[in-house]
Order: sequence, then C-alpha cells, then structure tokens
Amino acid sequence: MLELSHIYKYYNPGTVNELCLFKDFNFRVEEGEFVSVVGSNGSGKTSMLNIICGSIPVDSGTITVNGQDITQKKEFRRMQSIGRVFQDPAKGTCPNMTILENMAMAENKGKPYNLSRGVLKKREEHYREMLRPLNLGLEDKLHVKVGSLSGGQRQAMSLLMSTMTPMDFLILDEHTAALDPKTAEINMQLTDQIVRQKKLTAIMVTHNLRYAVEYGDRLVMMHLGEVILDKRGEEKKKLAVDDILKIFNEISIECGN
Amino acid sequence: MTLLLSVLEQGMIYAIMALGVYITYKILDFPDLTVDGSFPMGAAITALLISKDFNPLLTLPICFAAGAVVGILTGIIHVKLKVRDLLSGIIMMTALYTVNLRIAGRANLPIYNKTTIFDNDLINGIFPEALKPYKTLLVIFVITMISKYLLDWYLRTKSGMLLRAVGDNDGIITALGVDKGLVKIAGLAIANGLVSLGGCVFAQQQRYFDISMGTGTVVIGLASVIIGTSLFKRVTILRVTSSVVIGSILYKGCVALAIKAGFPSTDLKAITAVLFLLILVLGNGQKRKVKIHA
Repeated sequence: MLELSHIYKYYNPGTVNELCLFKDFNFRVEEGEFVSVVGSNGSGKTSMLNIICGSIPVDSGTITVNGQDITQKKEFRRMQSIGRVFQDPAKGTCPNMTILENMAMAENKGKPYNLSRGVLKKREEHYREMLRPLNLGLEDKLHVKVGSLSGGQRQAMSLLMSTMTPMDFLILDEHTAALDPKTAEINMQLTDQIVRQKKLTAIMVTHNLRYAVEYGDRLVMMHLGEVILDKRGEEKKKLAVDDILKIFNEISIECGN
Repeated sequence: MTLLLSVLEQGMIYAIMALGVYITYKILDFPDLTVDGSFPMGAAITALLISKDFNPLLTLPICFAAGAVVGILTGIIHVKLKVRDLLSGIIMMTALYTVNLRIAGRANLPIYNKTTIFDNDLINGIFPEALKPYKTLLVIFVITMISKYLLDWYLRTKSGMLLRAVGDNDGIITALGVDKGLVKIAGLAIANGLVSLGGCVFAQQQRYFDISMGTGTVVIGLASVIIGTSLFKRVTILRVTSSVVIGSILYKGCVALAIKAGFPSTDLKAITAVLFLLILVLGNGQKRKVKIHA
C-alpha cells in the first residue's frame, strides 16, 4: 500500500515564477491495484511519480509504503523496491551492453553487485524463455547490443527488466507514448499481462485515454495538482472514452484553451 | 633495434596508464585530468621507497592503492561536493603537484644503482646473458598483461557491469537501487590506481622521478585510447583493453619516429600535442564517413 498525505510542492519558490503544484495533496493506492492516471500537461501526473520515487523532494507531507515512512529516503534506496519504466525507451536499458548483460544486471537488483561473475551461462536459457513470449525475436539476439534494437523492442526490454525482481509497486511513466500505435499496443498488452501474472501494484500515467479505460482497475484524472475523478471497480468498468473526453474538454475550457 | 625496444617498453608502460584513462574517458565519460598528477605521484612514491632500499615489488601495490585514494578524492569532489568533472580533475592535478614535491622531497630524485623490479637478484638470475637486453621489456610485458587481464576480469563481474552501465545510462543505476555516485567514485579509484601504477613502473624503468614527468599524461592516455578504439573498432577478437595497449605502443612509435626525423627532444610535448590533435581530427573524419554509409 502506498499513501501520499498532505503533500505540498512548490516550483521555483521565492521567485516571480513561483508555482504551487500540490497543495495538501492526498493519494492512496491499495495493494494489488492497477491505477491508470490521466490528465492534461502540467496537471502533476509525472511530478507525482517523481515524488513517489524520490526524484524530486517534497516541501512537506509524508510518503508511506506499507506503513513505513519513506519521505526522507534517497531515490536509489526507494528504487530497491520500486520498478519504473520511463517514456523514453533509452532510459531503461544500457545501449552499449548486450541484451544478456542488461538482463543479468536487472536480475541482480536488490542483491549486492560484488565481484562474482556478472553473466552466468546457465541463466541464458532462462532469459530466452522470458524473451520468447514477447514475439519480438529477441531470444535469438542475446549477444546483440541493446542500442541497435528498435524503440519498441527496447521498451519491451525495459518493462521486462524492471519487473524481474520482487517489488512493492511498478511505476509506468507514459511508457507507450514514444512508440508507434502498433508497438504501443503490444507493449500495453505485455504490461497488462505482467501486472496480472505477477499480481503487481501498478501506477500508470498515460495520455492514451483508451488504455486508461481498457486497462487497470482504477482510473484517476488529475488537474492542476488535484484528483478530480477517481473511479474504481464497477464504476470504472462503465466508463467510456467519450465520458473522460467530455470532462477533459470541460477543464480545458476552464483554462481558456 | 634500440629504438623499437624503447618504443615497446615505454608504450607498454604508458599502456597501464592508458587503461586507467580508458575507464574514465570511455566508460565513465569523465575527462579526468587528475592523471597528470597521479602518474608522477606513482613515480614519486616509487623513487622515494626505492631510494630507501624498499622491496621494489611492493611498490606496485602501494602505488596502485595511493592512486586509488587520489581517484576517490576526485570522485568525492565531483559527486559529493558537486564540482564539475573537468574542474574536479584540475583541482586534484594542481594540488598533487605540491604533494608530489613533498613526497619526493625535491623536484628530481634519481634512483640509479638501486634494486628495482627490472634489476634485482631474482630477475638477473633468471635471464641468461643473451636475453639481458630484453629483460626490462619482458617484465613490463608481464605487468601490463596482468593489469589488462585483471581489468578484463573486473569489467565482467557484477560490480564491473555497473561501472560500464553508469557511463552508458546512469539513470539505470538508480533504477537498480544503487547509488550511482559510489559507482563513479569506484571507477575513478580503479582508473587512478592504474595510472599511478604506470607511474611506478615508469620511474623504475627511467630510474628517476622528475616533477615535470606528469605533464601531458592525460594527452598521451587519451591519444592511446582513441587510436586503439578507433583503429580496432571492427576487430571483434581483440578485447577493447588490448586495443588500448596496442594504441599506446603505436602512439609512442609515432612520437619516436618524429624525434628520429630530426626534431630535438625538447619538442617532445609539442609533438605529443600535435599528434593528438591529428588523431582527433582524423577520428572525426572517420565518424563522418560512417554516418554517410549508414
């Protein structure tokens, strides 16, 4: 369970550009929930993810995971029990290292990176088995550098790598936004499959309203640092893309767009 | 023949240093100027110890450790105190000038007629009279190869994989739950350890320490790395570390040829710099060609 309570976040405090993003922001994600988060640019979606992961500090408020306060924990320490996939496929993998090396490195997450052998021969078959269901032909390219793969292939790798080890929750930061529609679809299905299979708690930020409606069991819409729509269970199932689009248009008009 | 021998000897000594530069420049993407100070530091420590009749073999690990400490300091300045990479190196390089003078006690410390790794009872006993001219080269070869293979081994360990990853995409280190700052500091420690080790071997081969011997180390190191990695890009059988070693020998060869062509030895640093510039420009041309083909 993840809980953000009474979060305050200002950008550029003390200058003319001061911007208050979060003012007493509260958000709670239950164990095993798959939450889709939508909202216009600047609504605070990505900032929320960055606050959860510790990439940016909060001005006040607390972040708790399973009852434990992690507000003061450094980013890399929090990441030991968080998986994260970024919008940019290049961010989740090392381009100059092979698929094999990338996977071996990801598999070791949470354990010490000591002087033992980095890539174990006997794990190769296991990695192949993991890559085969993707149907991207990656299982035959174990010794190919990740930099030579396509964006879609790299993003599928990132997804796989960030879910290889046990975690408290998975963060998906517009992870299909940089891909073409077909590749995005494949990656989205893969995401859903992994989340269901491993029973992960997941928070997915997306601009694709259809994904938000079709996938996940809770839908949250954010606007100007606040949650303005929060539907789960049966209520969420009844939501259609048009309903959300309507709300979207309303808030956009409010903003004068 | 003597020319070839001295090129091979010096080329392989500088190769140890170049392996360190390879870590910072190619792997960490960190232009580390500390090496201009840590190379003569290895030499200064060695000259001091040897002049006090210390066991020459032990100077090797001592110099590596001292270099590692210097690398850690550069890393702390950069990572913890958040000083830019280039400036962190300049600060350390400048401070080390004084440190080296303090270690050696003066600007020039000869160690003629002392026991060194090249000139001791064991080595003199093993080598038959006929092989005497080659004993220095063979000892250097062994030390360079050990350094190369240890580095190869390290880069394939879990810890070494993180080091390779941090220069490639440091975000992933954080995502793996590891402090990327620490990985960088570790990389700088190993790099400067190797550089200082190079200085240690160099002082024993030249049989003196001189405060100015570090000037331009970084240029020699970078030139070796760039020659090695761009010449042998397509040769996959060779490990990158081997190409760096060969690059270093080739570079020393070029400098030696220039001297042989009639330039006075006082022009050495200028030749070093101009050659480096040539290599950089030629390297750029090569890159452009690749782009057109792609």
